[in-house]
Amino acid sequence: MTTNEHDEGNGDLREKLRSALPPMRDADLQRDLWPLMRQRFEERPGGAFLSGGPRFSRVPWFDWALLGLAGAALVFFPALIPTLLYHL
Amino acid sequence: MDVLARFAAGDMEAFEPLFRQHQREVYGWIVRIVREPAAAEELTVEAFWRLYQSRASLNPYGNCGAWLRRVATNVAIDHLRRTRRTEPLLAEPADRRQADCVAQQEMKATIRQAFGELPPRLRVVAQLRLIEDESYLGIAESLGISLSAVKLRMFRAVRLLRKNLERRGVKP
Repeated sequence: MTTNEHDEGNGDLREKLRSALPPMRDADLQRDLWPLMRQRFEERPGGAFLSGGPRFSRVPWFDWALLGLAGAALVFFPALIPTLLYHL
Repeated sequence: MDVLARFAAGDMEAFEPLFRQHQREVYGWIVRIVREPAAAEELTVEAFWRLYQSRASLNPYGNCGAWLRRVATNVAIDHLRRTRRTEPLLAEPADRRQADCVAQQEMKATIRQAFGELPPRLRVVAQLRLIEDESYLGIAESLGISLSAVKLRMFRAVRLLRKNLERRGVKP
């Protein structure tokens, strides 16, 4: 069955539909959507590169806290350094 | 290097030119399915958001336009599912309405209602083919299904639409 044969008999229906629902083929974009896109990136995680923020801003706060604690432990207990290096 | 290839390679600065290059085309496609400019703008952004999220699996030498059209179609169908049977989305512009007499307006409203009752996956095929005059092949590519599947959906959409119209007293 060809495409045209497949459409045969739908002419009346097509006409009725088009009168009630005119084609939107000519609907053109009225504005630049880039500001909306930027907004989406600012609202959702994963878009830090567009907001100008540093990439490490996505690291959760408790990871930074843990890193701080580990750093402080090494400063106050330097004897831990060889042990740590051994385990690394 | 092509913008898509740059973006796929991790150059985030390439996303903006990619967006600007395709936004009009994507919007134009979506608005033909959802028939509401404001919703089409939001859905265009959603389609590009999905492109951004899929950047790791993008084919840098693929057809970005075709990929975006398929995503745009899925995004638009999801929207139709969410807003199913909300007739205002399908309404025609106010200037056209004023030109019609009451009986014609009622008839058109009935047709819109009957059309709005089609399941979104059938409605999108009927809309693109019967109203927007898209080719079967173009519809198949945008939906990511075979040509025969499109024709089958079209057959089912027409049958169901005729039934819906008959139920409302409109001779299809």
